[in-house]
Amino acid sequence: MAEKMELKEVEVWDGNMAYAQAMRQAQIDVVAAYPITPSTPTVQNYSKFLADGYVDGEFVMVESEHGAMSGCIGAAAAGGRVATATSSQGYALMMETLYQASGMRLPIVLGVVNRAIAAPLNVNGDHSDMYMGRDSGWIHVATYNPQEAYDMILCAFKIGEHMDVRLPVQVHQDGFISSHTAQNVRPLQDEDAYDFVGEYQEKNAMLDFTKPVTYGAQTEEDWHFEHKAKQQKALMDSRPVIDEVFEEFEKRTGRKYNRVETYMMDDADIAIVALGTTVESARAAAQIMREEKGIKVGVVSPRVFRPFPYEKMQEALANVKAVATMDRSAPGGTVGMLFNELSGALINTDKRPVLTNYIYGLGGRDMTIENLKTIIEETNANAEAGKLTVPTQQFSGLRGPKLSFF
Amino acid sequence: MQKVGWDEVSAGTILDSFSQEVDNSALVRPEDRPYADTNSYTASVADWRVLKPVYNRDICIDCQNCWVFCPDTSIISRDKKMIGIDYDHCKGCGVCVEVCPTNPKSLLMFAEQDDNEEALSQWPEKKKKGE
Repeated sequence: MAEKMELKEVEVWDGNMAYAQAMRQAQIDVVAAYPITPSTPTVQNYSKFLADGYVDGEFVMVESEHGAMSGCIGAAAAGGRVATATSSQGYALMMETLYQASGMRLPIVLGVVNRAIAAPLNVNGDHSDMYMGRDSGWIHVATYNPQEAYDMILCAFKIGEHMDVRLPVQVHQDGFISSHTAQNVRPLQDEDAYDFVGEYQEKNAMLDFTKPVTYGAQTEEDWHFEHKAKQQKALMDSRPVIDEVFEEFEKRTGRKYNRVETYMMDDADIAIVALGTTVESARAAAQIMREEKGIKVGVVSPRVFRPFPYEKMQEALANVKAVATMDRSAPGGTVGMLFNELSGALINTDKRPVLTNYIYGLGGRDMTIENLKTIIEETNANAEAGKLTVPTQQFSGLRGPKLSFF
Repeated sequence: MQKVGWDEVSAGTILDSFSQEVDNSALVRPEDRPYADTNSYTASVADWRVLKPVYNRDICIDCQNCWVFCPDTSIISRDKKMIGIDYDHCKGCGVCVEVCPTNPKSLLMFAEQDDNEEALSQWPEKKKKGE
Protein backbone atom coordinates (compact mmCIF):
# COMPACT_ATOMS: atom_id res chain seq x y z
CA MET A 1 0.00 0.00 0.00
CA ALA A 2 1.36 3.39 -1.01
CA GLU A 3 2.50 5.75 1.73
CA LYS A 4 0.37 8.81 2.37
CA MET A 5 2.17 12.10 1.79
CA GLU A 6 1.35 14.84 4.24
CA LEU A 7 0.83 18.04 2.29
CA LYS A 8 0.69 21.57 3.65
CA GLU A 9 -2.34 23.72 2.98
CA VAL A 10 -0.17 25.77 0.66
CA GLU A 11 2.72 24.10 -1.14
CA VAL A 12 5.30 25.82 -3.32
CA TRP A 13 5.34 23.78 -6.51
CA ASP A 14 6.29 24.41 -10.07
CA GLY A 15 4.00 23.11 -12.81
CA ASN A 16 5.89 19.84 -13.22
CA MET A 17 5.62 19.08 -9.49
CA ALA A 18 1.93 19.96 -9.72
CA TYR A 19 1.49 17.39 -12.54
CA ALA A 20 3.50 14.76 -10.66
CA GLN A 21 1.64 15.23 -7.38
CA ALA A 22 -1.76 15.00 -9.04
CA MET A 23 -0.63 11.85 -10.87
CA ARG A 24 0.61 10.36 -7.59
CA GLN A 25 -2.68 11.10 -5.85
CA ALA A 26 -4.69 9.48 -8.64
CA GLN A 27 -2.97 6.14 -7.84
CA ILE A 28 -2.15 5.28 -11.42
CA ASP A 29 -1.61 1.65 -12.36
CA VAL A 30 0.90 2.24 -15.16
CA VAL A 31 3.05 5.19 -16.20
CA ALA A 32 5.11 4.49 -19.34
CA ALA A 33 7.39 7.42 -19.98
CA TYR A 34 10.32 8.79 -21.94
CA PRO A 35 11.23 12.12 -20.32
CA ILE A 36 11.79 15.20 -22.46
CA THR A 37 12.45 18.84 -21.61
CA PRO A 38 10.54 20.72 -20.21
CA SER A 39 8.24 17.95 -18.94
CA THR A 40 11.15 15.83 -17.60
CA PRO A 41 10.61 16.75 -13.91
CA THR A 42 7.01 15.51 -14.10
CA VAL A 43 8.09 11.90 -14.60
CA GLN A 44 11.29 12.41 -12.61
CA ASN A 45 9.30 13.55 -9.57
CA TYR A 46 6.81 10.76 -10.14
CA SER A 47 9.53 8.10 -10.25
CA LYS A 48 10.97 9.48 -7.03
CA PHE A 49 7.56 9.15 -5.40
CA LEU A 50 7.54 5.55 -6.58
CA ALA A 51 11.06 4.87 -5.26
CA ASP A 52 10.09 6.42 -1.91
CA GLY A 53 7.02 4.21 -1.57
CA TYR A 54 4.33 6.75 -2.37
CA VAL A 55 3.19 4.96 -5.55
CA ASP A 56 1.97 1.37 -5.93
CA GLY A 57 1.72 1.29 -9.72
CA GLU A 58 4.23 0.36 -12.40
CA PHE A 59 6.67 2.81 -13.95
CA VAL A 60 7.89 1.62 -17.34
CA MET A 61 10.93 3.21 -18.94
CA VAL A 62 10.51 2.86 -22.69
CA GLU A 63 12.71 3.52 -25.72
CA SER A 64 10.89 6.55 -27.15
CA GLU A 65 7.76 8.67 -26.82
CA HIS A 66 6.14 6.49 -29.46
CA GLY A 67 6.85 3.63 -27.09
CA ALA A 68 5.64 5.63 -24.09
CA MET A 69 2.19 6.23 -25.52
CA SER A 70 2.10 2.71 -26.99
CA GLY A 71 2.81 1.34 -23.51
CA CYS A 72 0.06 3.52 -22.11
CA ILE A 73 -2.34 2.27 -24.77
CA GLY A 74 -1.54 -1.35 -23.97
CA ALA A 75 -1.91 -0.81 -20.24
CA ALA A 76 -5.16 1.12 -20.66
CA ALA A 77 -6.58 -1.57 -22.93
CA ALA A 78 -5.52 -4.17 -20.37
CA GLY A 79 -7.73 -2.36 -17.87
CA GLY A 80 -5.65 0.07 -15.81
CA ARG A 81 -5.52 3.74 -14.95
CA VAL A 82 -2.75 5.18 -17.09
CA ALA A 83 -0.92 8.48 -17.59
CA THR A 84 2.30 9.96 -18.91
CA ALA A 85 3.83 13.33 -19.78
CA THR A 86 5.66 14.77 -22.76
CA SER A 87 6.63 17.87 -24.76
CA SER A 88 7.47 19.05 -28.25
CA GLN A 89 9.50 16.52 -30.29
CA GLY A 90 8.30 13.77 -27.99
CA TYR A 91 4.73 14.84 -28.55
CA ALA A 92 5.38 14.83 -32.28
CA LEU A 93 6.75 11.31 -32.07
CA MET A 94 3.64 10.26 -30.14
CA MET A 95 1.35 11.65 -32.80
CA GLU A 96 0.42 8.37 -34.47
CA THR A 97 -0.31 6.76 -31.12
CA LEU A 98 -2.40 9.73 -29.94
CA TYR A 99 -4.89 8.87 -32.70
CA GLN A 100 -4.77 5.20 -31.67
CA ALA A 101 -5.58 6.08 -28.05
CA SER A 102 -8.60 8.21 -28.90
CA GLY A 103 -9.83 5.87 -31.65
CA MET A 104 -9.80 2.99 -29.16
CA ARG A 105 -11.53 5.19 -26.56
CA LEU A 106 -8.85 4.70 -23.91
CA PRO A 107 -9.04 7.24 -21.05
CA ILE A 108 -5.31 7.95 -20.82
CA VAL A 109 -4.18 11.22 -19.23
CA LEU A 110 -1.28 13.04 -20.91
CA GLY A 111 0.34 15.95 -19.12
CA VAL A 112 1.79 18.11 -21.86
CA VAL A 113 4.34 20.81 -21.12
CA ASN A 114 4.20 22.91 -24.25
CA ARG A 115 7.40 23.57 -26.16
CA ALA A 116 8.35 24.70 -29.66
CA ILE A 117 8.97 22.17 -32.39
CA ALA A 118 12.30 22.10 -34.29
CA ALA A 119 13.81 23.25 -36.56
CA PRO A 120 15.44 25.36 -35.30
CA LEU A 121 15.83 23.35 -32.12
CA ASN A 122 14.34 25.12 -29.12
CA VAL A 123 13.47 23.93 -25.61
CA ASN A 124 11.23 26.82 -24.60
CA GLY A 125 7.51 27.22 -24.48
CA ASP A 126 5.20 27.77 -27.40
CA HIS A 127 2.06 25.99 -28.52
CA SER A 128 3.36 24.22 -31.63
CA ASP A 129 2.98 20.79 -30.03
CA MET A 130 -0.48 21.56 -28.68
CA TYR A 131 -1.63 22.75 -32.11
CA MET A 132 -0.15 19.73 -33.85
CA GLY A 133 -2.26 17.34 -31.80
CA ARG A 134 -5.44 19.32 -31.46
CA ASP A 135 -7.39 17.20 -33.97
CA SER A 136 -6.19 13.86 -32.64
CA GLY A 137 -9.52 13.14 -30.96
CA TRP A 138 -8.41 13.86 -27.39
CA ILE A 139 -10.06 16.21 -24.93
CA HIS A 140 -7.67 19.16 -24.54
CA VAL A 141 -7.53 21.32 -21.43
CA ALA A 142 -5.41 24.47 -21.17
CA THR A 143 -3.93 25.81 -17.92
CA TYR A 144 -2.19 29.05 -17.00
CA ASN A 145 -0.25 28.22 -13.81
CA PRO A 146 0.84 25.35 -11.53
CA GLN A 147 -2.36 25.43 -9.45
CA GLU A 148 -4.45 24.90 -12.55
CA ALA A 149 -2.05 22.26 -13.85
CA TYR A 150 -2.60 20.32 -10.61
CA ASP A 151 -6.36 20.82 -10.60
CA MET A 152 -6.83 19.89 -14.23
CA ILE A 153 -4.84 16.64 -14.02
CA LEU A 154 -7.21 15.51 -11.26
CA CYS A 155 -10.21 16.57 -13.35
CA ALA A 156 -8.74 14.91 -16.46
CA PHE A 157 -8.91 11.43 -14.90
CA LYS A 158 -12.48 11.98 -13.81
CA ILE A 159 -13.57 13.33 -17.19
CA GLY A 160 -11.80 10.81 -19.40
CA GLU A 161 -12.73 7.77 -17.30
CA HIS A 162 -16.40 8.77 -16.98
CA MET A 163 -18.48 5.91 -18.40
CA ASP A 164 -20.25 8.29 -20.78
CA VAL A 165 -16.93 9.63 -22.11
CA ARG A 166 -14.07 7.07 -22.14
CA LEU A 167 -11.71 9.31 -24.07
CA PRO A 168 -8.10 10.33 -23.49
CA VAL A 169 -7.43 13.77 -22.04
CA GLN A 170 -4.46 16.11 -22.48
CA VAL A 171 -3.70 18.84 -19.99
CA HIS A 172 -1.43 21.60 -21.28
CA GLN A 173 0.83 24.07 -19.52
CA ASP A 174 3.47 26.39 -20.94
CA GLY A 175 7.06 25.17 -20.89
CA PHE A 176 9.15 26.91 -18.20
CA ILE A 177 6.77 29.83 -17.68
CA SER A 178 4.44 27.46 -15.86
CA SER A 179 6.37 24.17 -15.67
CA HIS A 180 9.46 25.59 -13.94
CA THR A 181 7.98 28.55 -12.08
CA ALA A 182 7.39 27.74 -8.42
CA GLN A 183 4.16 29.21 -7.17
CA ASN A 184 1.71 28.71 -4.34
CA VAL A 185 -0.45 25.67 -4.92
CA ARG A 186 -3.27 24.59 -2.64
CA PRO A 187 -3.45 20.81 -3.03
CA LEU A 188 -6.06 18.40 -1.78
CA GLN A 189 -4.91 15.88 0.80
CA ASP A 190 -4.24 12.44 -0.70
CA GLU A 191 -7.52 10.86 0.43
CA ASP A 192 -9.59 13.83 -0.74
CA ALA A 193 -7.91 13.86 -4.12
CA TYR A 194 -8.42 10.12 -4.59
CA ASP A 195 -11.98 10.37 -3.38
CA PHE A 196 -12.59 13.03 -6.03
CA VAL A 197 -10.93 11.10 -8.87
CA GLY A 198 -12.56 7.85 -7.75
CA GLU A 199 -11.75 4.18 -8.17
CA TYR A 200 -10.84 3.21 -11.73
CA GLN A 201 -13.76 1.57 -13.55
CA GLU A 202 -12.79 -1.01 -16.15
CA LYS A 203 -14.43 -1.13 -19.55
CA ASN A 204 -13.57 -3.74 -22.19
CA ALA A 205 -10.48 -4.73 -20.22
CA MET A 206 -8.30 -7.16 -22.15
CA LEU A 207 -7.36 -8.89 -18.91
CA ASP A 208 -11.00 -9.85 -18.39
CA PHE A 209 -10.73 -13.36 -19.84
CA THR A 210 -14.42 -14.12 -19.49
CA LYS A 211 -15.11 -11.48 -22.15
CA PRO A 212 -12.25 -11.45 -24.65
CA VAL A 213 -12.18 -8.44 -26.99
CA THR A 214 -10.25 -7.28 -30.02
CA TYR A 215 -8.63 -3.83 -29.95
CA GLY A 216 -7.29 -2.18 -33.08
CA ALA A 217 -9.50 -3.82 -35.70
CA GLN A 218 -9.20 -2.72 -39.32
CA THR A 219 -12.22 -0.97 -40.82
CA GLU A 220 -12.34 0.05 -44.46
CA GLU A 221 -14.83 2.21 -46.36
CA ASP A 222 -17.79 0.09 -45.27
CA TRP A 223 -17.26 0.65 -41.50
CA HIS A 224 -14.65 3.36 -40.85
CA PHE A 225 -16.95 6.35 -41.33
CA GLU A 226 -19.50 5.08 -38.79
CA HIS A 227 -16.80 4.44 -36.21
CA LYS A 228 -15.25 7.90 -36.64
CA ALA A 229 -18.69 9.51 -36.44
CA LYS A 230 -19.37 7.67 -33.19
CA GLN A 231 -16.03 8.92 -31.84
CA GLN A 232 -16.92 12.52 -32.75
CA LYS A 233 -20.29 12.11 -31.02
CA ALA A 234 -18.54 10.86 -27.87
CA LEU A 235 -16.15 13.81 -27.91
CA MET A 236 -19.01 16.29 -28.34
CA ASP A 237 -21.06 14.53 -25.65
CA SER A 238 -18.21 14.95 -23.17
CA ARG A 239 -19.15 18.63 -22.78
CA PRO A 240 -21.85 18.23 -20.10
CA VAL A 241 -19.65 15.72 -18.25
CA ILE A 242 -16.79 18.23 -18.20
CA ASP A 243 -19.18 20.84 -16.78
CA GLU A 244 -20.32 18.35 -14.15
CA VAL A 245 -16.75 17.48 -13.13
CA PHE A 246 -15.83 21.17 -12.88
CA GLU A 247 -18.88 21.74 -10.67
CA GLU A 248 -17.95 18.87 -8.39
CA PHE A 249 -14.39 20.16 -8.23
CA GLU A 250 -15.65 23.59 -7.20
CA LYS A 251 -17.74 22.06 -4.41
CA ARG A 252 -14.60 20.39 -3.04
CA THR A 253 -12.09 23.19 -3.49
CA GLY A 254 -13.94 26.43 -4.10
CA ARG A 255 -12.02 26.79 -7.35
CA LYS A 256 -14.36 27.29 -10.29
CA TYR A 257 -13.38 26.24 -13.79
CA ASN A 258 -15.34 26.79 -16.99
CA ARG A 259 -15.02 25.45 -20.51
CA VAL A 260 -14.61 29.09 -21.54
CA GLU A 261 -12.97 31.45 -19.05
CA THR A 262 -14.00 35.08 -19.25
CA TYR A 263 -12.43 38.07 -17.54
CA MET A 264 -13.98 41.54 -17.37
CA MET A 265 -16.29 40.67 -20.24
CA ASP A 266 -19.55 42.01 -18.77
CA ASP A 267 -19.21 45.45 -20.35
CA ALA A 268 -16.39 44.72 -22.80
CA ASP A 269 -16.29 46.31 -26.26
CA ILE A 270 -13.24 44.34 -27.32
CA ALA A 271 -11.71 41.03 -26.32
CA ILE A 272 -8.40 39.25 -26.39
CA VAL A 273 -8.58 35.50 -26.95
CA ALA A 274 -5.53 33.50 -25.91
CA LEU A 275 -4.34 30.22 -24.43
CA GLY A 276 -1.89 29.35 -21.65
CA THR A 277 0.10 31.73 -19.46
CA THR A 278 -0.59 34.61 -21.85
CA VAL A 279 -4.15 34.65 -20.51
CA GLU A 280 -2.81 35.90 -17.17
CA SER A 281 -0.64 38.55 -18.88
CA ALA A 282 -3.59 39.63 -21.01
CA ARG A 283 -5.74 40.00 -17.90
CA ALA A 284 -3.10 42.22 -16.33
CA ALA A 285 -2.83 44.29 -19.53
CA ALA A 286 -6.61 44.58 -19.76
CA GLN A 287 -6.78 45.92 -16.23
CA ILE A 288 -4.08 48.48 -17.00
CA MET A 289 -5.73 49.62 -20.25
CA ARG A 290 -9.08 49.99 -18.53
CA GLU A 291 -7.46 52.20 -15.89
CA GLU A 292 -5.08 54.12 -18.15
CA LYS A 293 -7.09 54.52 -21.35
CA GLY A 294 -10.65 53.64 -20.36
CA ILE A 295 -10.73 50.93 -23.04
CA LYS A 296 -13.37 48.38 -22.18
CA VAL A 297 -11.34 45.27 -22.86
CA GLY A 298 -11.86 41.76 -21.56
CA VAL A 299 -10.11 38.42 -21.95
CA VAL A 300 -11.66 35.17 -23.17
CA SER A 301 -9.95 31.79 -23.18
CA PRO A 302 -11.10 28.34 -24.19
CA ARG A 303 -10.13 26.33 -21.09
CA VAL A 304 -11.26 23.23 -22.97
CA PHE A 305 -10.40 23.75 -26.62
CA ARG A 306 -11.36 20.22 -27.69
CA PRO A 307 -14.26 19.66 -27.82
CA PHE A 308 -14.26 23.25 -29.03
CA PRO A 309 -16.66 25.38 -26.95
CA TYR A 310 -18.36 26.77 -30.08
CA GLU A 311 -21.56 28.07 -28.50
CA LYS A 312 -19.83 29.25 -25.34
CA MET A 313 -17.36 31.29 -27.40
CA GLN A 314 -20.25 32.79 -29.36
CA GLU A 315 -21.94 33.63 -26.09
CA ALA A 316 -18.80 35.12 -24.53
CA LEU A 317 -18.14 37.30 -27.57
CA ALA A 318 -21.76 38.13 -28.42
CA ASN A 319 -21.45 41.82 -27.59
CA VAL A 320 -17.94 42.78 -28.61
CA LYS A 321 -17.03 44.78 -31.69
CA ALA A 322 -13.49 43.53 -32.20
CA VAL A 323 -11.47 40.49 -31.15
CA ALA A 324 -7.71 39.90 -31.17
CA THR A 325 -6.92 36.20 -31.46
CA MET A 326 -3.44 35.31 -30.22
CA ASP A 327 -1.63 32.25 -31.48
CA ARG A 328 1.65 31.07 -29.96
CA SER A 329 2.49 28.75 -32.83
CA ALA A 330 4.06 29.24 -36.27
CA PRO A 331 0.99 29.36 -38.50
CA GLY A 332 2.43 27.25 -41.33
CA GLY A 333 1.12 29.30 -44.20
CA THR A 334 -2.28 30.41 -42.94
CA VAL A 335 -3.92 32.32 -40.12
CA GLY A 336 -3.47 31.06 -36.55
CA MET A 337 -5.67 28.30 -35.12
CA LEU A 338 -7.57 30.56 -32.73
CA PHE A 339 -8.31 33.01 -35.56
CA ASN A 340 -9.64 30.17 -37.69
CA GLU A 341 -11.73 28.61 -34.95
CA LEU A 342 -13.10 31.95 -33.78
CA SER A 343 -13.93 32.99 -37.33
CA GLY A 344 -15.84 29.74 -37.69
CA ALA A 345 -17.73 30.31 -34.46
CA LEU A 346 -18.52 34.00 -35.06
CA ILE A 347 -19.34 34.11 -38.79
CA ASN A 348 -22.99 33.21 -38.17
CA THR A 349 -23.52 35.49 -35.16
CA ASP A 350 -25.48 38.76 -35.44
CA LYS A 351 -22.68 41.17 -34.54
CA ARG A 352 -19.77 39.50 -36.29
CA PRO A 353 -16.91 41.37 -34.58
CA VAL A 354 -13.79 42.43 -36.51
CA LEU A 355 -11.17 39.73 -36.06
CA THR A 356 -7.39 40.03 -36.07
CA ASN A 357 -4.66 37.50 -35.53
CA TYR A 358 -1.41 37.97 -33.63
CA ILE A 359 1.37 35.42 -33.89
CA TYR A 360 3.61 35.82 -30.84
CA GLY A 361 5.94 34.21 -28.33
CA LEU A 362 7.47 31.59 -30.61
CA GLY A 363 10.24 29.56 -29.00
CA GLY A 364 9.53 31.10 -25.59
CA ARG A 365 9.79 34.78 -26.58
CA ASP A 366 8.13 36.81 -23.82
CA MET A 367 4.73 38.30 -24.45
CA THR A 368 5.12 41.58 -22.60
CA ILE A 369 2.50 43.89 -21.18
CA GLU A 370 3.76 46.54 -23.64
CA ASN A 371 3.06 44.21 -26.61
CA LEU A 372 -0.37 43.47 -25.20
CA LYS A 373 -1.13 47.16 -24.74
CA THR A 374 -0.39 47.74 -28.44
CA ILE A 375 -2.63 44.83 -29.38
CA ILE A 376 -5.42 46.23 -27.21
CA GLU A 377 -5.03 49.67 -28.78
CA GLU A 378 -5.15 48.26 -32.31
CA THR A 379 -8.16 46.14 -31.45
CA ASN A 380 -9.88 49.16 -29.98
CA ALA A 381 -9.21 51.11 -33.20
CA ASN A 382 -10.80 48.25 -35.18
CA ALA A 383 -13.83 48.37 -32.89
CA GLU A 384 -14.22 52.13 -33.29
CA ALA A 385 -13.80 51.98 -37.08
CA GLY A 386 -16.05 48.94 -37.38
CA LYS A 387 -13.50 47.42 -39.77
CA LEU A 388 -9.86 46.39 -39.97
CA THR A 389 -7.40 49.24 -39.44
CA VAL A 390 -4.40 46.88 -39.34
CA PRO A 391 -3.50 43.79 -41.36
CA THR A 392 -5.39 40.63 -40.38
CA GLN A 393 -2.29 38.77 -39.25
CA GLN A 394 0.60 40.47 -37.49
CA PHE A 395 3.68 39.26 -35.62
CA SER A 396 3.97 40.68 -32.13
CA GLY A 397 7.35 40.94 -30.37
CA LEU A 398 9.30 40.18 -33.56
CA ARG A 399 12.56 41.99 -34.46
CA GLY A 400 13.12 43.42 -37.94
CA PRO A 401 10.74 45.09 -40.41
CA LYS A 402 7.08 44.77 -39.55
CA LEU A 403 5.73 41.44 -40.80
CA SER A 404 2.06 41.01 -41.61
CA PHE A 405 -0.24 39.14 -43.97
CA PHE A 406 -3.74 39.41 -45.42
CA MET B 1 -22.52 -9.00 -40.74
CA GLN B 2 -25.35 -6.44 -40.82
CA LYS B 3 -24.13 -2.98 -41.74
CA VAL B 4 -25.51 -0.97 -38.82
CA GLY B 5 -25.39 2.83 -38.47
CA TRP B 6 -22.92 4.91 -36.45
CA ASP B 7 -25.18 4.77 -33.41
CA GLU B 8 -24.98 0.99 -33.26
CA VAL B 9 -21.31 0.31 -33.94
CA SER B 10 -19.12 -0.52 -30.94
CA ALA B 11 -17.38 2.35 -29.16
CA GLY B 12 -13.68 2.35 -29.98
CA THR B 13 -14.17 -0.42 -32.55
CA ILE B 14 -13.68 -2.86 -29.70
CA LEU B 15 -15.00 -6.18 -30.92
CA ASP B 16 -16.33 -9.01 -28.79
CA SER B 17 -14.99 -12.50 -29.33
CA PHE B 18 -17.97 -14.16 -27.66
CA SER B 19 -21.66 -13.35 -27.60
CA GLN B 20 -21.71 -14.05 -23.85
CA GLU B 21 -19.24 -14.33 -21.01
CA VAL B 22 -17.36 -17.63 -20.84
CA ASP B 23 -15.54 -18.95 -17.79
CA ASN B 24 -12.24 -20.73 -18.46
CA SER B 25 -12.61 -20.39 -22.21
CA ALA B 26 -9.20 -22.02 -22.69
CA LEU B 27 -10.80 -25.27 -21.54
CA VAL B 28 -13.74 -24.98 -23.97
CA ARG B 29 -13.21 -26.35 -27.49
CA PRO B 30 -13.54 -23.81 -30.29
CA GLU B 31 -16.65 -25.49 -31.72
CA ASP B 32 -18.31 -25.21 -28.30
CA ARG B 33 -17.51 -21.52 -27.70
CA PRO B 34 -20.26 -18.93 -28.31
CA TYR B 35 -18.28 -16.96 -30.91
CA ALA B 36 -19.75 -13.58 -31.85
CA ASP B 37 -20.14 -12.36 -35.43
CA THR B 38 -17.31 -9.91 -34.67
CA ASN B 39 -14.89 -12.80 -34.21
CA SER B 40 -13.23 -14.15 -37.37
CA TYR B 41 -13.91 -17.73 -36.27
CA THR B 42 -17.14 -17.68 -38.25
CA ALA B 43 -15.60 -15.89 -41.24
CA SER B 44 -13.34 -17.00 -44.05
CA VAL B 45 -10.21 -14.88 -43.92
CA ALA B 46 -8.03 -16.92 -46.24
CA ASP B 47 -8.89 -15.65 -49.72
CA TRP B 48 -5.40 -14.39 -50.51
CA ARG B 49 -3.74 -17.79 -50.04
CA VAL B 50 -1.88 -18.91 -53.17
CA LEU B 51 -0.18 -22.01 -51.76
CA LYS B 52 -1.93 -24.33 -49.34
CA PRO B 53 -0.62 -27.02 -47.01
CA VAL B 54 -1.95 -30.51 -47.73
CA TYR B 55 -1.93 -32.99 -44.85
CA ASN B 56 -1.04 -36.69 -45.20
CA ARG B 57 -2.52 -38.77 -42.38
CA ASP B 58 -0.57 -41.88 -43.40
CA ILE B 59 2.80 -40.37 -42.52
CA CYS B 60 1.94 -38.06 -39.60
CA ILE B 61 3.22 -39.09 -36.16
CA ASP B 62 0.98 -36.61 -34.25
CA CYS B 63 3.95 -34.79 -32.78
CA GLN B 64 1.90 -31.53 -32.70
CA ASN B 65 4.78 -29.40 -33.95
CA CYS B 66 2.58 -27.83 -36.65
CA TRP B 67 -0.17 -27.14 -34.11
CA VAL B 68 2.30 -25.39 -31.82
CA PHE B 69 3.89 -23.28 -34.56
CA CYS B 70 0.86 -22.31 -36.70
CA PRO B 71 0.47 -18.53 -36.24
CA ASP B 72 -3.22 -18.62 -37.17
CA THR B 73 -4.44 -21.58 -35.08
CA SER B 74 -5.37 -23.28 -38.34
CA ILE B 75 -4.13 -26.76 -37.47
CA ILE B 76 -7.06 -28.76 -36.15
CA SER B 77 -6.06 -31.29 -33.55
CA ARG B 78 -8.14 -33.16 -31.00
CA ASP B 79 -6.78 -35.16 -28.07
CA LYS B 80 -3.32 -34.71 -29.57
CA LYS B 81 -4.44 -36.37 -32.81
CA MET B 82 -3.94 -34.28 -35.92
CA ILE B 83 -7.19 -33.93 -37.90
CA GLY B 84 -6.39 -31.48 -40.67
CA ILE B 85 -6.16 -27.88 -41.84
CA ASP B 86 -8.68 -25.10 -41.25
CA TYR B 87 -8.70 -23.68 -44.79
CA ASP B 88 -10.98 -20.78 -43.75
CA HIS B 89 -8.19 -19.30 -41.64
CA CYS B 90 -4.90 -20.70 -43.00
CA LYS B 91 -2.98 -18.00 -44.93
CA GLY B 92 -0.58 -20.47 -46.55
CA CYS B 93 2.57 -19.27 -44.77
CA GLY B 94 4.13 -22.76 -44.83
CA VAL B 95 5.44 -22.76 -41.25
CA CYS B 96 3.69 -26.11 -40.57
CA VAL B 97 5.60 -27.72 -43.45
CA GLU B 98 8.90 -26.29 -42.26
CA VAL B 99 8.53 -27.67 -38.74
CA CYS B 100 7.17 -31.10 -39.76
CA PRO B 101 9.89 -33.64 -38.72
CA THR B 102 8.75 -36.78 -40.63
CA ASN B 103 10.39 -38.30 -43.70
CA PRO B 104 8.79 -37.60 -46.10
CA LYS B 105 6.95 -34.62 -44.59
CA SER B 106 3.34 -35.12 -43.56
CA LEU B 107 2.49 -31.59 -44.75
CA LEU B 108 3.49 -30.20 -48.14
CA MET B 109 2.59 -27.00 -49.96
CA PHE B 110 0.56 -27.28 -53.18
CA ALA B 111 -1.01 -24.68 -55.44
CA GLU B 112 -4.29 -23.39 -54.06
CA GLN B 113 -6.22 -24.68 -57.09
CA ASP B 114 -4.76 -28.24 -56.86
CA ASP B 115 -7.08 -31.05 -55.86
CA ASN B 116 -6.12 -32.48 -52.44
CA GLU B 117 -6.66 -36.13 -53.49
CA GLU B 118 -4.47 -35.52 -56.53
CA ALA B 119 -1.84 -33.93 -54.29
CA LEU B 120 -1.82 -36.95 -51.95
CA SER B 121 -1.27 -39.27 -54.92
CA GLN B 122 1.89 -37.34 -55.87
CA TRP B 123 3.42 -37.56 -52.38
CA PRO B 124 7.23 -38.08 -52.50
CA GLU B 125 8.91 -41.30 -51.33
CA LYS B 126 10.92 -41.55 -48.14
CA LYS B 127 14.39 -40.10 -48.61
CA LYS B 128 17.34 -42.41 -47.93
CA LYS B 129 20.26 -41.41 -45.77
CA GLY B 130 22.51 -38.95 -47.59
CA GLU B 131 19.89 -38.28 -50.29
